Amino acid sequence: MDTDESLRETASATQPEAVAREPELAIHPGPKQYIVVAVVLAALTAFEVAIYYTDIPHPLLVSLLAFFAFWKFVLVVLWFMHLRFDSVIFRRLFITGLSLAFGVYLIVLFTFRVFIRS
Amino acid sequence: MADTVRAHGAHAAPADHAVHTATGLSNAKLGMWAFLGSECLLFGALISSYVLYRGRAVPNTLTLKDVYDIPYTSVSSFVLLMSSLTMVLALAAIQRGDQEKLRAWLMATALLGMTFIAGQVYEFTRFVQEGLSIKSNAAASAFFTLTGFHGAHVTVGILMLLSLFGMSLDGRLPPERAEVVELIGLYWHFVDIVWIVIFTVVYLIPAK
Repeated sequence: MDTDESLRETASATQPEAVAREPELAIHPGPKQYIVVAVVLAALTAFEVAIYYTDIPHPLLVSLLAFFAFWKFVLVVLWFMHLRFDSVIFRRLFITGLSLAFGVYLIVLFTFRVFIRS
Repeated sequence: MADTVRAHGAHAAPADHAVHTATGLSNAKLGMWAFLGSECLLFGALISSYVLYRGRAVPNTLTLKDVYDIPYTSVSSFVLLMSSLTMVLALAAIQRGDQEKLRAWLMATALLGMTFIAGQVYEFTRFVQEGLSIKSNAAASAFFTLTGFHGAHVTVGILMLLSLFGMSLDGRLPPERAEVVELIGLYWHFVDIVWIVIFTVVYLIPAK
């Protein structure tokens, strides 16, 4: 088997039958969409930093910061990591790990009474 | 519209040469997503350790909030976010078969990553000079462990990006191997989303 042949053998791609099951696998965003997403991410970061310097109540500050961080996270995962345009199997793998981590460590933090004012 | 939607089939390996899998999906990509799922648990442990310890500083001692430079770290965050953009543009370039643009965007991503790491090194050096080191207290220890692990992940990512650059120069990264760039890209974007969480939880959200 020559080098080109072995490269093609290992370059596994999404099979036509997978695309037939999930047509969205055939779609990929272009550079312009990526740039728009990057601009939005930069703007959200700027908002986060601006809010940090305001004199708003602690619960509101935490909520707003968490809100912006959540949407930055979602934008990168869905567009840059292609999860929006990829198979549901990948989505399930990632969300399982994420949910497990979030759930387990939230339980740990509640056990140690981190969110309860002393 | 043509710019925003492109058929994946144009970038796939010829069906008769591709490896057939049970799911019809790439096993390598499946493995990478499983790995990233497990990395969520690693960073979840480190972040929750930090959250646990940060409100428990010894009174009248130096705390992390005393040494943070939020504008400086904001610029670092922006640099890492932009590196995600250049990474995804590198992937788009190899899917088009544009080797020059691929190398340009890969090098840009690596350079932005190096800038981020350099910023972190400077920041940690300044913290230590101001009297806050990994041995100072539990919160500082958790902070340096968390950000140190993240920095190590970024460094590994930079090495992988430079390897891809070398492979492209060597002609070993044709469009049929775009998935290799995609996999490294997934790792890089994950490192970026971990920083999004770290920046918010560690730097911006104040302890009660």
